[in-house]
Amino acid sequence: MKELSVLIGGKAGDGINSAGAMVAQLLGHMGYHIYLYFDYPSLIRGGHNFAVIRGAGTSIGTCREKVDFLLALNQETVQRHRDHMNPGAAIIFNADLVKGEGQGVPVTSILHEEQAPAIMGNSALIGGFAKAAGIPWETVEAVFRSHIPKGTELNLKVARKAYDLLSTVHPVEPCNSPGLPLLSGNEAIGLGLAMGGLEAYVSYPMTPSSSILHFLAEEKEKLGITVVHPENEISVVLMALGFAYAGKRSAVGTSGGGFCLMTEGLSLAGMAELPLVFVVSQRTGPSTGLPTYTGQSELQFVLTAGQGEFPRLIVAPGDAEEALYWSAVAMNIAWKFQVPAFILPDKTLSEGSYSVNSTSIPPVKREDPGTADLGSRYKRYTDTPAGISPLAYPGAKEAVVKVNSYAHDEAGYTTEEADMVDLMTRKRLRKWDGLIAEMEGYPQVNSSGHAGTSAAMLCWGSTRGVCREVAGTLGLRVVQPVVLAPFPMTALNAALNGVTTVICVEENATGQLATLAERHGIAIHKKVLRHDGRPFTYESLLARMKEVLP
Amino acid sequence: MTGRPIITDIQNTWCPGCGNFSIQHTLKNILADMEKEGRSLDDVVLVSGIGCHAKIADYLNINSFYSLHGRTIPVATGIKLANPRLTVICCCGDGDCYAEGLDHLLFAAKRNLDITVMVHNNRVYGLTTGQYTPTSPLGFRGKSTPMGTEEFPFNPLELMLASGATYVARGYTKKMDQLKGLIRGGIDHHGFSFIDVLQICATFFPAADYYTPRVYDLADHDPAQFMAACTRAREWDYNGDAKIPLGVFYRARFPTFDDRMAQIEMGQDQRDAAVRGIISSRE
Repeated sequence: MKELSVLIGGKAGDGINSAGAMVAQLLGHMGYHIYLYFDYPSLIRGGHNFAVIRGAGTSIGTCREKVDFLLALNQETVQRHRDHMNPGAAIIFNADLVKGEGQGVPVTSILHEEQAPAIMGNSALIGGFAKAAGIPWETVEAVFRSHIPKGTELNLKVARKAYDLLSTVHPVEPCNSPGLPLLSGNEAIGLGLAMGGLEAYVSYPMTPSSSILHFLAEEKEKLGITVVHPENEISVVLMALGFAYAGKRSAVGTSGGGFCLMTEGLSLAGMAELPLVFVVSQRTGPSTGLPTYTGQSELQFVLTAGQGEFPRLIVAPGDAEEALYWSAVAMNIAWKFQVPAFILPDKTLSEGSYSVNSTSIPPVKREDPGTADLGSRYKRYTDTPAGISPLAYPGAKEAVVKVNSYAHDEAGYTTEEADMVDLMTRKRLRKWDGLIAEMEGYPQVNSSGHAGTSAAMLCWGSTRGVCREVAGTLGLRVVQPVVLAPFPMTALNAALNGVTTVICVEENATGQLATLAERHGIAIHKKVLRHDGRPFTYESLLARMKEVLP
Repeated sequence: MTGRPIITDIQNTWCPGCGNFSIQHTLKNILADMEKEGRSLDDVVLVSGIGCHAKIADYLNINSFYSLHGRTIPVATGIKLANPRLTVICCCGDGDCYAEGLDHLLFAAKRNLDITVMVHNNRVYGLTTGQYTPTSPLGFRGKSTPMGTEEFPFNPLELMLASGATYVARGYTKKMDQLKGLIRGGIDHHGFSFIDVLQICATFFPAADYYTPRVYDLADHDPAQFMAACTRAREWDYNGDAKIPLGVFYRARFPTFDDRMAQIEMGQDQRDAAVRGIISSRE
């Protein structure tokens, strides 16, 4: 398999993420599938940031620990990552700031010669990298023209100076994939929600969900959505429920701490039967934890959050393509069943970037709940065999639309009558049955790897990519439930058919999927857990798997 | 819908003598007037919190969102932004929106959102059977403060003026004609309207003997003058023995949040095309 990895590092504030994205685009234009991992501390300026850009011949979702190119914007990058280089790896560095072996790019003098502002310094390094990697100048030019809309010509001049100064030391072979779009997980979630009919996005900033808010705020006019950043997460969820009551498809985004504040609103959504999509992007907890590092420790929280009992959908996409598709599905299901739906990514997925083949994504249904046209006979909570009531919104002619956080009757009036409370509880809970049947029509559980083997890695969310690579090496099966509530019993049992050893791989300390699976009668034989905020790499997971394999 | 009965047949459980009856009656008359003027009640939404005040959602036969304690205003914000053609009225309690949900009240005023917020300010928690609220006087003996509170009340009018509300009024449940004018004025005002309604709690804070001799009408006041409004709002501090002015303290026209946030409606085909366009721009 053709593949290569590039690490670019510098101080926070050096623009590592955007420079990393340019390197990723260069490799994408060379025909590689891309995964980009961005590692940064919770600091605005000064701490060490780095991005690892990996290109491969097939779809990927994880990093390798050793790289073929090191792009150093500061000395610390060389010191920290010196031991993470493959034999023959090339070092390209900013000669003004870094001393070392490899090729230096005289950034300051190039900028001076071209009379370019300091912000264009990274273009010089990218130009230097392109030459070191033997990437044709036409490719560099095409990438700059597509992705640097402002000051394109000057950036290109800066890049060209460095390109001409350096020599090719580690030529990258062209690979065979068509140039695929590169999306971060959070961009994919935003776009997927829009595919699902999103009309309002409400969010309070919290890493690693914030870039959904930023992205949708930037694109709100193009996408025709209202984007609101209210005073706190309590307001976020209640505002979004106001949108839903008035007939607008809405979503909220946060991380664990913000979701704590949203739980009263979640329970209200359950009682009032208001559709709403929650994006809860996980980071390392508990409490403030590690704000900019990853984790998978909110599954059990999201499964049971909110007082009382009510149905919900939880999906955990494993990469940007899945995020695009399942975000649209989550919106559709929320409205079809009038239930809360969760998208449960983590920092690795949210802030990682992936090559996305959007043509391979199945079409997403958008089942319009329709508007009940019953006039004054309308009742918001009409009991039906499926438990799903016809929808009308305030403004509908002659209808009185009453939603209520109290136990209520079919018309939405508060009740404490035992029979009515019983009836309406059953009505709400009947939606679970419909939801289970509905989700059986979706690809709820992914299964890959060696079908004949008796050992399987069971994983969820962003670890899908790394598990697939390790399973490929070890000859194992990988089973990845994307839908986690309602629990996909039938599909999961089918995927595990013939498996006698189930090894659950998770980025938390207790094995939350393992607990969930065991509760449903699925035996988990081993757990491989990581809980230091860093995602598994291929090498680290391979080593851990070898320890537990019989 | 025209000619609908505005009061539902749900059994009313407010205590005899409760000030909420006056507020409900006033709102009923306002809604009937609006209908006579040709406005459809289909376009009116009532949002309530949780507390004695909130039962009004069950008693008025109009669209309603019976929300959570303290959370009327964020719900109302979502509704108004989703459909600016709706007339959105919040009935809140003092514990509800001065304690649990104070942040939302301040921010709605800051945004000058075009909704009407009336606070059923009985200065005591009724439904939870008698604890002090943010507007109870110093020394109030409630179930959680049997020796009397150790904190001064705050003045919600001052808070609202400081936060950017563009219609600030105070009424009293025993002055129903005036109250009707104040609430209707708030509904007709294009911007954030706030009406603090001094309300009798017949069971836990029957303060009519305190209010009635002290209240007077703000007749000699120009509500366009912000500084004058601040001065008049400070005449009574919700604690001492001063006269209590009633009426419109402040009224001003400024752009509203819902006007500024207005989003052009987009069909899903167009949105899907925009999604495809964004994805292909990342190649």
